[in-house]
Amino acid sequence: MIKVLYFASLRERLECAGESLDQVPADVAALQVELAARGLPWSEVFAPGQTVLVAVNQSMVGADSMLADGDEVGFFPPVTGG
Amino acid sequence: MRSEIRVQDTPFDPLAELAPVYAAGPSVGGVVSFVGLMRDMNQGDAVTAMTLEHYPGMTEKALTEIVDEAARRWQLDHVRLVHRVGEVRPQDPIVLVAVASAHRGEAFRACEYMIDFLKTRAPFWKREQTRDGQSRWVEARASDEQAAAAWKEGDRAARSGEE
Repeated sequence: MIKVLYFASLRERLECAGESLDQVPADVAALQVELAARGLPWSEVFAPGQTVLVAVNQSMVGADSMLADGDEVGFFPPVTGG
Repeated sequence: MRSEIRVQDTPFDPLAELAPVYAAGPSVGGVVSFVGLMRDMNQGDAVTAMTLEHYPGMTEKALTEIVDEAARRWQLDHVRLVHRVGEVRPQDPIVLVAVASAHRGEAFRACEYMIDFLKTRAPFWKREQTRDGQSRWVEARASDEQAAAAWKEGDRAARSGEE
């Protein structure tokens, strides 16, 4: 099982702050493909070319980052703090 | 090096935050600080309030990594980093980065490094309310990404005489 969290504009567009997925995709890219296959608005948010940042276990990673049981994955738009 | 990192939903007083940095010890030769304030204008629109959201847990981790990296690059005595979340109004302090070091060069560079990376790596997002009643997410600026990238390319390290 993995925990998936959505932040800021992504959370609003998806109307979802987070969820648990029983199946563990191989990597972040596979997870994004799986989410995009849900149809609108997911397909739009996770369409190729969209700037979505991702963190695994609270560290920013690339789409090729592998996933394992128990991981926490966070998806969010480019950050605007400071 | 001592450091204090805080993310809080209540206002902070920048001058009160600086006092312990100035008092960091007899080896300190200078203090450099940056305080980011909320502006009442963005992209030509009057902004009346702003709400800052973050990723609890990851935020603290990202800020700690940024402070640790600065302490690895430069000789620092004390670092204080405070960031607001929740609702802020124009003129409210949003962020404070304060550095005490033996020499000004290291303090200046460490301070700029930390704010540059905070703006591009720490998971905060701003939603602003404009005077005409609209609410919108603030867009990331390419110039912020360029400022952080310049440290990697060595532009700024070269300026400080490092490899």
